[in-house]
Amino acid sequence: MKTYDLTELALRNLRESSLRNSLTTIGISVGVASLVAMLSLGIGLQKLASRRLASSGLFDTVVVTSRRDLRGFSRDDERNTASAAESRRLDESARQEIERLPEALEAYPDIRFVTEFRYQDKPHLTMVSGIPASARSNDAFSGIQGSFFSSEDAPEVILQKSFAAELLDQAIQPGQEDAIPVAQLAKPLLGQELTMRYAERLPPPSTEGATVPAGQTAALKENENPSEAAYSVISREQKLKIVGVSDLDPDSMRGAARARVFLPLKLAEHLHVMQPSDLRDSMRSFNKQPSYSTISVRVKSPKQIEAVEQAIKKLGFNTFSILDATRSLRQFFAVLDLFLGIFGSLALAVASIGIVNTLVMAILERRREIGIMKAIGASDGDVKKLFFAEAGAMGVLGGVVGVALGWAIGHVINLGTNVYLKRQALPPENFWSVPWWLVGAAIIFAFVVSLVSGLYPAARAARLDPVQALRYE
Amino acid sequence: MSVDSDPSNHQSGRLALRAVEVCRHYPMGETLIRAVDGVSLEVRAGEFVALLGSSGSGKSSLLNLIAGLDRPTSGAVIVEDRDLAQLSRQELAKYRLRTVGMVFQSFNLVSRMTLEENVELPMRFAEVERSQRDGRARQALERVGLGGRATHRPSQLSGGEQQRAALARALINQPKILLADEPTGNLDSRTGTEIMDFIREFNQSLAMTIVMVTHERALAERYAERMIFLADGKLIGDQPNPAAVNTSVREQRR
Repeated sequence: MKTYDLTELALRNLRESSLRNSLTTIGISVGVASLVAMLSLGIGLQKLASRRLASSGLFDTVVVTSRRDLRGFSRDDERNTASAAESRRLDESARQEIERLPEALEAYPDIRFVTEFRYQDKPHLTMVSGIPASARSNDAFSGIQGSFFSSEDAPEVILQKSFAAELLDQAIQPGQEDAIPVAQLAKPLLGQELTMRYAERLPPPSTEGATVPAGQTAALKENENPSEAAYSVISREQKLKIVGVSDLDPDSMRGAARARVFLPLKLAEHLHVMQPSDLRDSMRSFNKQPSYSTISVRVKSPKQIEAVEQAIKKLGFNTFSILDATRSLRQFFAVLDLFLGIFGSLALAVASIGIVNTLVMAILERRREIGIMKAIGASDGDVKKLFFAEAGAMGVLGGVVGVALGWAIGHVINLGTNVYLKRQALPPENFWSVPWWLVGAAIIFAFVVSLVSGLYPAARAARLDPVQALRYE
Repeated sequence: MSVDSDPSNHQSGRLALRAVEVCRHYPMGETLIRAVDGVSLEVRAGEFVALLGSSGSGKSSLLNLIAGLDRPTSGAVIVEDRDLAQLSRQELAKYRLRTVGMVFQSFNLVSRMTLEENVELPMRFAEVERSQRDGRARQALERVGLGGRATHRPSQLSGGEQQRAALARALINQPKILLADEPTGNLDSRTGTEIMDFIREFNQSLAMTIVMVTHERALAERYAERMIFLADGKLIGDQPNPAAVNTSVREQRR
């Protein structure tokens, strides 16, 4: 029999005893729905975790530290290092060398310091971080109000939300970060001027002074002692224009962690602000070239992190990346998905017994019909295929309905969870994800399970002796 | 004017089917039932044969063997130079589909399908093109006078109408042999005659070989040109019936 005729005949037969067949189909639907619901939950949770980690910017970042700082993350690195003093300095030439690695997109120094800002003559003390232009495309700044820096050394500033609230005298309680929309905070602040007071580190007087960036005003010499310390510290002020307010969580794992004010990286570098590491340098002999405490290296793809780490270690620095942490995370989710899938499949297995039952019943009921079909020329194969087609049709139908049902169940669970989260004063989250491959796979799976369930009934129907089948009324 | 007027078609014509010492035994409890026990017979192409006997004489079992629904325990049933006993299940199904058509005492229409679908069913198994099927099914139903009933279900029809639909279904794949198992057994004599007239018309206008099982001797004498008698699975008589032969359907209708 031709496939089209077969399908048509099968669907026709299914319509005939519609109550029983639709009950069986609902059984399959529930099985598929539970499978889809379980797997979607697993995938959704994994996506949620990955999203959190990805927005931290650490998936494609290697953090480089100098071994002489004794701040390496790995004890092995420290032990294997001959002597801290012999190690390389993490300075500009090292940065350029790292940036030249084929897999590296860019390498930039991690500049951060605590300093005072004045806004409408009130002092505010906070952590400042320089961020590279590439951060514009990073989703860490996706929730920004206003705009990103116009250039890499523009006298502009982006504020973290809680600092913006502080400037406006609107205290934000912990856990209530989402109470005030970012837009509301940004409105009165965007375009305003903010004054940053900071301590500039100058080379010894014998060398030329650093170039003074635009907008820099007063310079008050203080604490200058060229004979003892190898550099001078000058208090300066820098006027900055507020161009953006970000909703970035200050505690997120981004490179600029805990900073609440962001400057363009080049501007931050040119200011030569005293760095915490400078104090340590001052204990030793001073070099003309400044060194960095850490350098962040952005890698083209997370897959190349390991290669980059190896290359940088060969150059004589310590490295750290989150790669190992995420590997175990992925493993955890793979196992979670597996278990959720097994539980989901159990329901489908129960449903498949329903298919076997329905089809075996159909054979008893349609014994005579099978006999007639054989008497008028249906081959064993025709009868077998017909029962197969009926099982398959129930499977596909059950699969489609089941996917829709599973999607709906997931939606309801997600909604319920978010209501719960809201009560706990937590931001809503999407735990739920039904990717297209899951939709397709679930329907195909239901189809295959149904065909397997139809194996025995179909074979039994095909074996039926027409003389016997036609003898009884 | 009819095929019967050509004697070569009967006496010296080629064989439609041949049974050689065919047996069908099956166990029932302790005893062995000899439903068909060493029957040999030949039916020529275009012949109208009646198998007569009381119930349990083995006439229906013999018909099932000829129909390829059952296999003989021993012996051979040869149709178109092929021994049905040697055919595979697949080949046997194809034989039932193309070479023979069958009608039964209880009509055996698929109750869940309309008449048109019932008549169409053998064409589906024969993989006839869709575009041809509708027309052929309608034509076949019109031929048996059911043109206006194509979309009815068997349960909505009288017994005679159901048997006419079964005849249309049996003929739809243009078989060479029509096998009828008590085709009038469930019908009153008037509708029974109607059905028999149709069968005779197929025999005469299509030159179709007819093998009909019946226990009504009168019916056989009126329509069949040859009567074969069975008892206890054995052939006990085989006689021509020239009386039936010359009455054509058209003359009767007039």
